[in-house]
Amino acid sequence: MTAPTAPARKAPSTQSPPHPPGAASRTRRRTRWNGWLFVLPALAVYGFFVLRPLLTTFQYSLYHWDGIGPSQWAGLDNYRTVLTDPDLLGIIGHAFVLIVFFSFVPVVLGLLVASLIHRVSTGPLGTAARTVLFLPQVIPLVAAGIAWSWVLSTTGMVNQVLDAVGLGRYSRAWLGEFDTALPAVGIIGAWVMLGLCTILLVTGMSKIDPALFEAARIDGAGAVREFFAVTLPSLRREIGICLTVTIIAALASFDIVYISTSGGPGTATTVPGLEIYRLAFAQRQVGLASALAVVLMLLVLICVLPIQRLSREGK
Amino acid sequence: MNTSRREAITGRAFLVLLMIVTLLPFVSMLSAALQPRGTVPSGLEWPSDPQWGNFADAFDVANMGALLRSSLLIVLGVVPAAVVLATMAGFGLGHLKVRGGGLAMGVLLLGLTMPFEAVVTPIYHQVRDLGLLDTRWAIILPLVGLYMPFAVYWMRAHFLNVPQELSEAARVDGASTWQLFWRVHVPLARPAISSLTILLFLWTWNQFLLSIVMVDDPTKRTMAGALGAFQGQWGTDLVLLCAGSLLILTPTLLVFLLFQRQFVSALLQGAVKG
Repeated sequence: MTAPTAPARKAPSTQSPPHPPGAASRTRRRTRWNGWLFVLPALAVYGFFVLRPLLTTFQYSLYHWDGIGPSQWAGLDNYRTVLTDPDLLGIIGHAFVLIVFFSFVPVVLGLLVASLIHRVSTGPLGTAARTVLFLPQVIPLVAAGIAWSWVLSTTGMVNQVLDAVGLGRYSRAWLGEFDTALPAVGIIGAWVMLGLCTILLVTGMSKIDPALFEAARIDGAGAVREFFAVTLPSLRREIGICLTVTIIAALASFDIVYISTSGGPGTATTVPGLEIYRLAFAQRQVGLASALAVVLMLLVLICVLPIQRLSREGK
Repeated sequence: MNTSRREAITGRAFLVLLMIVTLLPFVSMLSAALQPRGTVPSGLEWPSDPQWGNFADAFDVANMGALLRSSLLIVLGVVPAAVVLATMAGFGLGHLKVRGGGLAMGVLLLGLTMPFEAVVTPIYHQVRDLGLLDTRWAIILPLVGLYMPFAVYWMRAHFLNVPQELSEAARVDGASTWQLFWRVHVPLARPAISSLTILLFLWTWNQFLLSIVMVDDPTKRTMAGALGAFQGQWGTDLVLLCAGSLLILTPTLLVFLLFQRQFVSALLQGAVKG
């Protein structure tokens, strides 16, 4: 573990210290090929457990298959089903509703919190806020699901508070009713994602040149103007990262939904991730599950690539 | 001056409020976990006679000793292997700059935004064909592969910034590439490696989907997977469920609080996949 001394210890064993000129570059050329020995093991496990399954997913998606018996060529039938079946379309729609909660809410609220931390309390309160808001990101999503199922249940805290302030008539089983279940799941996601966005944005803000803020102040900008003229444009990259991470989390959500509602009531909270699992392992429709998986993957790319592009421009 | 003081006060009040909202679900779980067993707890209500013994009960009932052991075994299987493979690949791609490395990186990046759900079905069949279903290997091996895009990307970013002169000096001293890697570059990469280790630890510990798909026996799963089974089994016994959940999320909280600095910097630099 004595890094710098290690090569020195090696030194006495070298026979000819004065290398002929060009030897170093020749060795380097050789290592450019030998270097693959360092890369190949990683590529091998990746190839076997990601690339190959990925290709298999495409392949499965073109067949009707129950996972055990013989499979039957289906062509694009499974895709047609995914894109026309009202239930499946609804399920894909749920994922987009969740984007509002998992992504939009945490980014907007995160911007507010981050500028508060940046402006009024860089001290202990700011540190505490960052740590506390980040906690939900660290625990298993399963635990978040369990905690919130309890908070949102009929005897849970939300209804208790509503009763206490005289709004008892609004109390209900939030995760159990058709019109509240999906937003309730979304709120769990917002709770999880807020901390990550806040931390990323605070760090981004601390990197902005203070001279920019001063210039804005001298031009007579208030807090709001300053935010839109200076802070927001400088945070392009950070906002891009927040959106990327949270949109992927929304589209690929599984843990929270599985634990808090199992997709119910009915299919009110079923999302693509859960439906893939259900179709493949409970309904034994591997082909359809795979087609949905391919569609989900494409959705992620369609949503994420433009953001990556936009957030990189001008930097 | 006056407005800015008001701004400061409302700002701080808002932060405190938000912190309370963030913590309430935890507190609410704790208050439920301390109620007498067999009762139906209601909301947030501090028990007159807190039953701390519930935690011991939950530990026994959930067979928590076995769960902890299983999660640790899985973490020990996944994290060192993934870190070593990724560090080597990151060194090859970032520092040695192998020919065609850009292509290799492109292929790896393909997996970076891919949801696990997209490949879990074929992985299941692949693992079944290998005869590994219901063993911890069924979780360990795929996870090592699934982590590669992020982990290699992460280590490559570190190695891109290491000056070439360092290697040339070591080569003049006669070091082979292998020695160069282990004796010079790995020790220097320690901060990047430890951040990656912490991230992979948490992601493995919290991994749910692979855990429930590949393994039926909860005592062979990750903590999150076991917690899922625990919910299925004890979903009606809210007191015990809350106590068990709190026990299960404590280790991750401790790891986070201990390594907060590395953890956060890790996420900041590499926040591509949460």
